[in-house]
Amino acid sequence: MALLEVENLQTHFRTPDGVNRAVDGLSFSVEAGETVAIVGESGCGKSVTSMSILRLIPEPPGKIAGSIRFNGRDLLKLSDREMRAVRGNEISMIFQEPMTSLNPVLTVGRQIGETLRLHQGMSASQAEARAVEMLKLVGIPEPQRRVKEYPHQLSGGMRQRVMIAIALACNPKLLIADEPTTALDVTIQAQILDLMRDLKRTVGAAIVIITHDLGVVAEVAERVIVMYAGRKVEEAAVDKLFGAPRHPYTQGLLGSMPKLGSSLTGEETRLQEIPGLVPSLKKKIEGCVFASRCPHTTDLCRKVAPALEEKAPGHIAACHYAIKEAVAA
Amino acid sequence: MSASVLSPGDVAPEAVKAAAPTPDIMPPVKVRKGLWGFMYRNPSIAIGGTIVLLMILMAVFAPLLWTVDPTALAPARRTREPSAMYWFGTDMLGRDVYSRVVYGARVSLIVGFAVAFFASVAGLAIGLISGFVRWADGIIMRVMDGLMSIPSILLAIALMALTRGSVGNVILAITVAEIPRVSRLVRGVVLSLREQPYVDAAVSCGTRTPVIIWRHILPNTIAPMTVQATYVCASAMIVESILSFIGAGTPPIIPSWGNIMAEGRALWQVKPYIVFFPAVFLSITVLAVNLLGDGLRDALDPRMAKRL
Amino acid sequence: MFAYVVRRVLATIPVMAIVALFVFSLLYIAPGDPAAVIAGDQATPEDVERIRQSLGLDRPYLVRFGSWVFDIMRGDLGVSIFTNLPVVTMIKQRIEPTLSLMIVTLCLAVSIAVPMGVVAAWKVGTWIDRAVMGFAVLGFSVPVFVVGYLLAYIFALELDWLPVQGYTSFSQGFVPWIENLILPAVALGSVYIALIARITRATMLEVLQQDYIRTARAKGAGQTSILFLHALKNAAVPIVTVIGIGIALLIGGAVVTESVFAIPGLGRLTVDAILRRDYPVIQGVVLLFSFVYVLVNLAIDLLYTLFDPRIRY
Repeated sequence: MALLEVENLQTHFRTPDGVNRAVDGLSFSVEAGETVAIVGESGCGKSVTSMSILRLIPEPPGKIAGSIRFNGRDLLKLSDREMRAVRGNEISMIFQEPMTSLNPVLTVGRQIGETLRLHQGMSASQAEARAVEMLKLVGIPEPQRRVKEYPHQLSGGMRQRVMIAIALACNPKLLIADEPTTALDVTIQAQILDLMRDLKRTVGAAIVIITHDLGVVAEVAERVIVMYAGRKVEEAAVDKLFGAPRHPYTQGLLGSMPKLGSSLTGEETRLQEIPGLVPSLKKKIEGCVFASRCPHTTDLCRKVAPALEEKAPGHIAACHYAIKEAVAA
Repeated sequence: MSASVLSPGDVAPEAVKAAAPTPDIMPPVKVRKGLWGFMYRNPSIAIGGTIVLLMILMAVFAPLLWTVDPTALAPARRTREPSAMYWFGTDMLGRDVYSRVVYGARVSLIVGFAVAFFASVAGLAIGLISGFVRWADGIIMRVMDGLMSIPSILLAIALMALTRGSVGNVILAITVAEIPRVSRLVRGVVLSLREQPYVDAAVSCGTRTPVIIWRHILPNTIAPMTVQATYVCASAMIVESILSFIGAGTPPIIPSWGNIMAEGRALWQVKPYIVFFPAVFLSITVLAVNLLGDGLRDALDPRMAKRL
Repeated sequence: MFAYVVRRVLATIPVMAIVALFVFSLLYIAPGDPAAVIAGDQATPEDVERIRQSLGLDRPYLVRFGSWVFDIMRGDLGVSIFTNLPVVTMIKQRIEPTLSLMIVTLCLAVSIAVPMGVVAAWKVGTWIDRAVMGFAVLGFSVPVFVVGYLLAYIFALELDWLPVQGYTSFSQGFVPWIENLILPAVALGSVYIALIARITRATMLEVLQQDYIRTARAKGAGQTSILFLHALKNAAVPIVTVIGIGIALLIGGAVVTESVFAIPGLGRLTVDAILRRDYPVIQGVVLLFSFVYVLVNLAIDLLYTLFDPRIRY
């Protein structure tokens, strides 16, 4: 049994001009200790997915349906109190904006200690001592001093380290990282990714990393899920996906990624772009969700939504025309 | 990259696998358009606007609304309880309270609208000067700070204590008390707009200040000014009633809601209706204007709506 | 920090000077002879002359202002034209009821309004939120004396739970003191509660959308902790600011409330002084209220650091 099994997840929002079907029928699973990446453009529903797993979607206007089994328990069936015991304890989360994700009026120590006091019943002084250890663990110098400081006294990279310390304080089994490096400088990004990889080894948590940055995916993930318009369109091990993408959308994503060492001039290295825009999720989409932007669209695509099919061992894609067996590309 | 995609002809129809459709998990949203949609989304404007309109009609057509002369004394029928004859009863001088209340709407509405208008115009002028003329800003804002630190009702009272009670003086006194707030608002808008890149661009292209004010500043002040003017109108009506109530407002000869209540004050424990009816009309009118203001704020400036 | 306090205190001096100049000039803004204005319609020429003398109208304007300010600094606000008592003495006699009323109203309003606003923001869009907002609009719309009469009618005349009118000094005991103040405080507080509840709700709504609130939820923090520990502390600065600004409403409202409930305080003194055109008293009271208002808001400014560590002076 997998650690996390998401089945037919639907997260919809009520808006003044229609129901926004932000996530619509998503299924995936995460094994214990595994690192899975969810990629896609902004607005594809990847962040909503991560928020749905922890039930951080405000209801109303949102609504979550389907099932999210974590360690065999369906999180969607838990009471609010039971759910709070899961958050920050068994599943924790790191957010994109380290500048704004920490509470400006509470000390760093208090914010790390809060999870420990909530879930492990520590006293204030025990929690602070442990907070100092956590700061040391995530590589913040002078933890004794930093623990008494406020977030505005720390740099962006340090704040993200603090976020990681908060997330890992209770040794969670699953860590969801929503664009953890997007807001950081490139050099800091690498440090944070390294830190996450190191800590994953020591803590042994499974990681779901949500990103639009395929470079990050290649660096940390074992398996990749590609999302488009609230649905999964392709899933494969990271080398298979990068080596032989099946879905035209994935192909487009990879084609639009600049490659290291390529020169900026000349025809061959010109970046591909995916024409058109993500369709509105407030209307029901007939046929394939990618049909409006796909270079290979046919009448069939516009009429019939393709099911997810195993195109090669462990390689799933939702495209009528994706070929089934691996071909040397 | 298209190497892993078959051409359309390669797929046999029986190989096509359709995805199961996803169910609806919440009822569809009914999108309302047009005037009714606007009213539905902005009930405050609809309700507030309707009531304000009714009150204006009542004030304008007061003589036609089965009223008698609101100042006609009739000592013989003093303090009659409300009845079919005297809908809201009579006061201690025998005047018909219903007629007085209906006519009283005129004073409240005139004071409210006049103060809103004059305070907006003066506030706009002062705010613009303050926002554009650096050396004047310091002086003007210190004066406004000074005026604002005198509680506005107290300021209006102090001004009224000096002058003879008349509707014009009431308007003037309340306007003076309201000007600092409006000019601060306008100045704030001007200063924040001046930081905007497009205004910077206009300045760097050598556009003259009056043109910048006309094209960039004024259009952006209209929304917050309208909202503010509505609130000023509501507060002016309340201040007028308070001034009249304590005997420093509209002269007693003119029926105003504040005056009627001031006169009913001595008898309020035994004849509460004399105070009750003007109180209800005043409260409903101010409530309607406030609702209108809230609605306008939500509709005109979603960013501001979040703040208040 | 110290330098900031000094700067901030110094900055209130021009404000107070403008208030003083304005209050002083009030008498001279009015058209006609100020002595005649004060004397009123039935005055004899001798009365007018006497008032002119007492105001020192024969001296130049700025000299009069200067000596007036100098007198104020020494604690002399002049002499009432009507009672011939020093204004300071009259204010001292009347200050206790007004101060009591203000403090009770302040405590009552803050302790009701802040939780109201917090709950409305938490339950945004529900009937609880709508009820709070409806109450707030109503509080803004019903004049304080109407609320006062309504409360007095229901709770004093009909139900006979509380005294209709009057004031009992604190020295007579807490219970009679507070009994007399409950209705006036609720009446006076209605606008104030509306104001604070509204700003609390608005600020909380904004704070609750912040990323750090999402972080707190993701940590498993409970609703109470999120609202009162994580959110309210962040919302404190605007709320406290409005509490300070709203004191102006209390001061203005006190004038009316004291009339409704026959409380012998500064508000009544003001109303009586207006009806008698007792200008030195009006000036004294307006000046006092304005200075208190400025000082309270100064104190609140200086308190900001308690709520937000980012504010450094």
